[in-house]
Amino acid sequence: MNPSRKSKIQNLPRILFAPLPLPVIEPILSKVVRTISHNRPELTNRLGVHKYKSFVIDPINMPFVLLLQPNPDDPSLKAYRRNRLPPFDARIAGTLLTLLDMVDGKLDGDALFFTRDLIVEGDTEAVVCLRNALDDIEGSIANDIADIFKTPGRAALAAVRRIKGEQQGSYEHDPA
Amino acid sequence: MSMIQPELVCPAGTPASLRTAVDAGADAVYCGFQNATNARNFSGLNFTTTEMRGGVDYAHDKGAKVLLAINTFPPGGKTDLWKIAVDDGVRFGVDALIVADIGVAEYASHNHPDQRLHLSVQAGASSAEAIQYYCDSFNIKRVVLPRILTVKEIKAIHDEIPCEIEAFIFGNIGMMAEGRCSLTNYITGVSTNMDDICSPASHVKYEEDKARNLTTKLGDFTVDCFNCGENAGYPTVCKGRYLVDHREEPYYAFEEPVSLNLTSLLPDLMQAGVTALKIEGRQRSRAYVRAVVSAFRKAVDGYMAGENPELSGLLALTEGHRETSGAFGGKRWR
Repeated sequence: MNPSRKSKIQNLPRILFAPLPLPVIEPILSKVVRTISHNRPELTNRLGVHKYKSFVIDPINMPFVLLLQPNPDDPSLKAYRRNRLPPFDARIAGTLLTLLDMVDGKLDGDALFFTRDLIVEGDTEAVVCLRNALDDIEGSIANDIADIFKTPGRAALAAVRRIKGEQQGSYEHDPA
Repeated sequence: MSMIQPELVCPAGTPASLRTAVDAGADAVYCGFQNATNARNFSGLNFTTTEMRGGVDYAHDKGAKVLLAINTFPPGGKTDLWKIAVDDGVRFGVDALIVADIGVAEYASHNHPDQRLHLSVQAGASSAEAIQYYCDSFNIKRVVLPRILTVKEIKAIHDEIPCEIEAFIFGNIGMMAEGRCSLTNYITGVSTNMDDICSPASHVKYEEDKARNLTTKLGDFTVDCFNCGENAGYPTVCKGRYLVDHREEPYYAFEEPVSLNLTSLLPDLMQAGVTALKIEGRQRSRAYVRAVVSAFRKAVDGYMAGENPELSGLLALTEGHRETSGAFGGKRWR
């Protein structure tokens, strides 16, 4: 795919979702983070002291960012416009698909950093710890999220993955 | 000379990585506990005792080995943690303990004489005489060689020592004063060999400006500046690009952002008598482990079958998108 077309496709969600009022997605995000926190307690165990930190997850091709506070006693995931962000400890930024693939163990965080496809800001140790903790979770968090919303959720994820398939692959080799 | 099927030794920073490595074709995985006994005591990584026991069971069920790294140097009067780690490893049935400190080696060989011991790269044993000493004193069965030797030198050592040789074939490579590097300690006060790793994340800062130029810092020192779009490297002191009075441009004083890849030297290493081929990267993801292990599994099996396997696609995982054969190919550092 030529770079111009790739860039246009990558930035499409930022335009499409721009009119979306953030209060509409707040209950969805809340449900997502509480479900993951409940189903995947090993995630917060691995975070240690960093479970009390606040992480900005910045999908750079979306019109909003997410503020994650993994504290298992009161896990929180909220959406903010970039110009209205509260204080945070660390920021991780990349395209939505890059972030999803990294969380799902398909892309390597260090390799993404080397190629400048992943941006890290703030408390580097907290970011590294979050990445390591997420990488220990097998299965797909993206699938978990899609399953929360049943058929529409799974259909949306399948569509996202079709786009991803056009854009980039993982490093996987056929072991056979 | 005929080749003996080498063991493919793969990194596991987490239980999920261990399972990934085993499923991708690792003959053995190396890993460590979540404490100071482990030279890669990263935040968010490594194994609890429960996870270690589970990891050993998983690997053994699939015919793979687990090598437990207890490869730091206990400070005076505080050896209990290391003794407990050795005892736990033996109790869980690990296939070998990877040790560096002579006190830990003595404790393990004296109290668990049937437990197989490997000498960690952190011990920095790079001569036949040094390795022979460890073998005689602690019944070491395998040495992990520092990444400072040519294939010819490895062959010469192999011919003089009574134990197996494990050599790195892929992953991070620095100045290779292994077990003795104090650059991070100098900058941060934290020891690479005792506390964490080169450039612990707690002391690293990344600063990217609006034009996407990236500055990497360790403590109060700027390690490197990358222009927008320029491939970046780890913020380690030995890979830094520095301004000095006698040069107009900043330059890499020690080593450049680059990864070791010995794909082309695999047959030479195997013919030199290397018993085990080691992949670096316990801090890397499952994606890295899956890709690198399966690629080298294919390569080793191909060479053993007399084929000339093509190994490509790993460049995407290398630091700075660059590869080197390092000292194995004859490099001597500045």
